[in-house]
Amino acid sequence: MTLAYTAVSFPLSTWRSAVFLVAIIGFVLALKGLSSPRHARPGNLLGAAAALVAVGMTFSAGTVNHSARNLGLALGAMALGTAVAVPAARLVKMTAMPQMVAIFNGVGGGAAALISVTELLHIHSTGVSPATYVVVEALLGVLIGCVSFAGSAISFAKLQELMPTRPIVYPAQQPINALVGAGIVALFVTAVVTGSVDYAFGVLGLSLILGTVFTLPIGGADVPVLISLLNAFTGLAVAASGFTLGNPLLIVAGTLVGASGTLLTRLMSKAMGRSLPNILFSAFGAVVTATGTAEGLEGKSVKSSTPEDVAVLLAYARKVAIIPGYGLAVAQAQHVVKELADELASRGVDVFYAIHPVAGRMPGHMNVLLAEANVPYDELKEMDEANPEMPTTDVALVVGANDTVNPAAVDSPGSPIYGMPIIHADQAEHIVFLKRSMRPGFAGIDNALLFDDKTVMLFGDAKDTLQKLVGAVKAV
Amino acid sequence: MTGIVWYLTIFVLAAFVGYEVISKVPSILHTPLMSGSNAIHGIVLVGALFIMGEATGAAQLVLGFITVFLATLNIVGGFVVTDRMLEMFRAKPERPAAPARPDAPREREDGSS
Repeated sequence: MTLAYTAVSFPLSTWRSAVFLVAIIGFVLALKGLSSPRHARPGNLLGAAAALVAVGMTFSAGTVNHSARNLGLALGAMALGTAVAVPAARLVKMTAMPQMVAIFNGVGGGAAALISVTELLHIHSTGVSPATYVVVEALLGVLIGCVSFAGSAISFAKLQELMPTRPIVYPAQQPINALVGAGIVALFVTAVVTGSVDYAFGVLGLSLILGTVFTLPIGGADVPVLISLLNAFTGLAVAASGFTLGNPLLIVAGTLVGASGTLLTRLMSKAMGRSLPNILFSAFGAVVTATGTAEGLEGKSVKSSTPEDVAVLLAYARKVAIIPGYGLAVAQAQHVVKELADELASRGVDVFYAIHPVAGRMPGHMNVLLAEANVPYDELKEMDEANPEMPTTDVALVVGANDTVNPAAVDSPGSPIYGMPIIHADQAEHIVFLKRSMRPGFAGIDNALLFDDKTVMLFGDAKDTLQKLVGAVKAV
Repeated sequence: MTGIVWYLTIFVLAAFVGYEVISKVPSILHTPLMSGSNAIHGIVLVGALFIMGEATGAAQLVLGFITVFLATLNIVGGFVVTDRMLEMFRAKPERPAAPARPDAPREREDGSS
């Protein structure tokens, strides 16, 4: 602790601190604005303005602008980053939004890790031995940032279908992961004890590997939870950078995101009726869903129907609940489903959307997709709001969803999804399933509802089927 | 040492604020929230600019450049993507005109299957 090197602190004059305070208030208000659809957009713009002010002020610092060459490089990198980010963000399809968020999150984690690495190098070059906590902060930044970067990259590849979306398992997965983890701990402790930065590169390399092996066994449908968790990680990595640089703005902004991301991750896993460890590590234990086959389904058959028959059913219904799922997102059928809803509404049918919290690829993803198709948000009913309506609903139209309406979650304690809240499509008078095949949903278990007497099936691509339905309803 | 304690104080308080502010978000806005908070941690750009400013030697200059580039992607992309999502959330327009066919029988027909 002698000759404590407290890192190269960010130059904080009083007025710069004041500007940071303004930016911090802006960020908190931005997050608060997101609590209602009405204030969300102004809130986000306020956050952007706060960021702009903070970044602009940063250029006034002597450390940042003392060298024309460095300043030029900084401006060049920002120009390049903006030139890449704006078109990417504006042009991405709404269905591809989750992977876009994943990649923007990953690069943030990468930046935070690089800051910590550079700072360590800088300390090293001065030849002063740093205080223990400085090394700990920097290494934490490297570790968390790299895990977030690598994990986000793999999530992106999975969602973009550049690699298989199913869980990737290989022999000795758990021991290998444990080994990587133990290696990081060993290098981390060695780096802190010896105060040598060389071990930091070991931590960096192993953290990238950890982020990768940690993400590989997580299946496509669970990736949203993962992105949410990695978002929280990046927040913490940024907070760690803030500690290293002595910058309260980074500490507060990073921590806000770390806290919100953690809460959101917990809400999502709760909605899936599973614990977070189960989501993150279940593929390791190779969940065998032997109990998945509901008893008494053998020999039962499903009733397949035609678009014309279903169109009649829908056109003369009083109340129709549309229950969208992952399949709707995959088929990009959000515009057609809206067309169908409008057609029915013009006939006086009361149409609403019942949205399960984990439907789609991200929490609230279904809301975004339907919003893109101009569905007003007050027609979107969340699960708790939709379920009381189900007993009085004439037709439940299930579009590409399965597990989120599976009654096994309520009535078979042996089922892997037992305990997950569901939308009670089973309480509607009639149930229509739009499905590609009889394949079970992500959880890999049969759905007794498909075999129910009041259920009919419309097989095929959701978009095609919906288009046929729209045509048929118009013809009724 | 007071520095680190101060920072820890800020850290702990910010964690509580983050938790409190966020706990009131309806699930309909979870995706924009994830995206919006993603943009907020893009403020790491401030740190990246600082790193770039003090960089000396080729290695640090290259590292600094990459860091600023990545952080810019995060902050600019994050805010733009969030704005695009939120732009689409709008309130209900007037209800579509009442039943186009008031003469249609309102009884359900069990015509299917």
